[in-house]
Amino acid sequence: MKIATGNDLATGDVVWWDGEGWTRHVEDATEVSDHGAGLIAREEAARRVNGPYIIDAEATPHGPRPAHIKDRIRARGPTVRPDLNRAPIDPATGSWVI
Amino acid sequence: MYKYDTYDQSIVDARVEEFRDQVARRMSGELSEDQFKPLRLMNGLYLQLHAYMLRVAIPYGTLDGRQMRMLAHIARKYDKGYGHFTTRQNIQYNWIELKDAGDILADLATVEMHAIQTSGNCIRNTTSDQYAGAAADEVADPRPWAELLRQWSTFHPEFSYLPRKFKVAIIASDDDRAAMRLHDIGLQLTKNEAGETGFKVFVGGGMGRTPMVAPLIREFLPAADYLSYLEACLRVYNRYGRRDNIYKARIKILVHEIGADEYRRQVEKEFLHVKTLGIDPPAEEFERINAFFQPPAWEEGLSDELALSDPDFKLWVDQNVFAHKQPGYAIATISLKPIGGIPGDASAEQIDLMADLAETYSFDELRVTHAQNIVLPHVRKADLHTIWQKLDAAGLAAANLDLISDIIACPGLDYCSLANARSIPVAQKISARFADREADLGELKLKISGCINACGHHHAGHIGILGVDRKGTENYQLLLGGSGAEDASLGRITGPGFDEDGIVDAIERTLDRYVATREPGERFLDTYRRVGFETFKEAIYG
Repeated sequence: MKIATGNDLATGDVVWWDGEGWTRHVEDATEVSDHGAGLIAREEAARRVNGPYIIDAEATPHGPRPAHIKDRIRARGPTVRPDLNRAPIDPATGSWVI
Repeated sequence: MYKYDTYDQSIVDARVEEFRDQVARRMSGELSEDQFKPLRLMNGLYLQLHAYMLRVAIPYGTLDGRQMRMLAHIARKYDKGYGHFTTRQNIQYNWIELKDAGDILADLATVEMHAIQTSGNCIRNTTSDQYAGAAADEVADPRPWAELLRQWSTFHPEFSYLPRKFKVAIIASDDDRAAMRLHDIGLQLTKNEAGETGFKVFVGGGMGRTPMVAPLIREFLPAADYLSYLEACLRVYNRYGRRDNIYKARIKILVHEIGADEYRRQVEKEFLHVKTLGIDPPAEEFERINAFFQPPAWEEGLSDELALSDPDFKLWVDQNVFAHKQPGYAIATISLKPIGGIPGDASAEQIDLMADLAETYSFDELRVTHAQNIVLPHVRKADLHTIWQKLDAAGLAAANLDLISDIIACPGLDYCSLANARSIPVAQKISARFADREADLGELKLKISGCINACGHHHAGHIGILGVDRKGTENYQLLLGGSGAEDASLGRITGPGFDEDGIVDAIERTLDRYVATREPGERFLDTYRRVGFETFKEAIYG
């Protein structure tokens, strides 16, 4: 699946497109399919999010899992500071970063 | 230490207000990211994986307790309670919000600090020997010259848009503790046969994807020509350095392509013109700056005796304490490399403690080292045990300076948007795996970068590790034989890379071969240079 991500303008937080707006939770990201390019153009023009881009992700029962490790780390936080990480909505999903 | 005059302070204050306005315009949407990015980078503000990152300048790595406390305050109020000391003797914060950037710079300005020259294609924060002003082996304190260079380079209109970033290091002894020859310009303060002060000038070193050790361009530059000659060096680069290819834009490429002799010829020619422009300050101005760096009021007649009955304290003294030029005093390095910890990170509480120790025991002075540690430069030997106890209670008493666990590591893929692989977990595994052996292994400088940009100085490690992305998976290349010291050399890649656990095993095989082949007193690097690359390659790959 294809999902959209970027960094929030004000905070720099990693955000994901959930179909209506930007969320901090990758689990809520939704398939953008062939709407991606238009979405990115629209959001860049709106200047709310820095550098929005489309990534590949795997659909899982617990929501999308980004295909590349860089985006998995972006989704959860630094692997070396678990105390700072963004906990998954469902703790049962465990850690799928590495 | 240098103290701002009204000009310095007004420049910094004006920059704060300018950037506050730029941030507001970006927040309102008036500025696009493309418009805003070069502005924020001129103020040390990056956008990394998880948030904005602010890099704060610590000129030539010197700061006082008040400034150190401010760094703790920034960590506590605007970040997540910690900071990361960098290989350019700066500090960076990983969790900054854009809306706070102006307030942070305003807070920093109250203690004569800023984030200027920590990013962008300008002359970056000059680095120096962390033992400056305290080491017995220096010709003179190099920091007045670093400060003069700071004042000359800050907002220099001709050099604010160079082809690429530009890094300068200044040392003043034959022992290079600042990786001087791996800089765009490396300066070594020296004296000629007549006893006159001047500089050896090296130009065209660097790491990154094309590492080079800087060649000697001027054997002796009289101190009176210091800024004029630097101006000439920069002018030739600014004129001929490539702007069409970011990967070939550093001065090392220019010097390499035209040759050191031709570069020198052009610089000397330009220098003859520049020298007529009156750039070099009058002697009184240098003396004004130099006066800020006079030695503190050391006590006379102190004993050099030290009670070392506590074995853990003795271990720390043996490893982390360096000789001071004043009898009865010592230079103490606080390692930010606890076994299994994150290299260079310190919590706000630890930063506050180090500020306390500096104020109480080190004439209110601290240094940040390019190896991501902190130095108390002027400590009475009689106070060392008390200092060590306080450090130990705060988790800051690792006795591992220059040992295998004293690892330089970039933030890597855990934080950095440029990285291809994580650096910190590899450093943690190596540190934990070899902690029990490190005293026997002796001096061994291990350096890890998470991408080819080499922020972790992997080319200059006795053992270097480069993280790469191999089809979406982290992979680690092993390099051997680098050095950032006076015997500067570049590491050589051993062969195919390894996964995260495999690289630690490969290092173990390397170390086992070292132990099996070393001669008495040989460091790892000495043995490597004596027995050669193939011996170690065979040990690693069989």
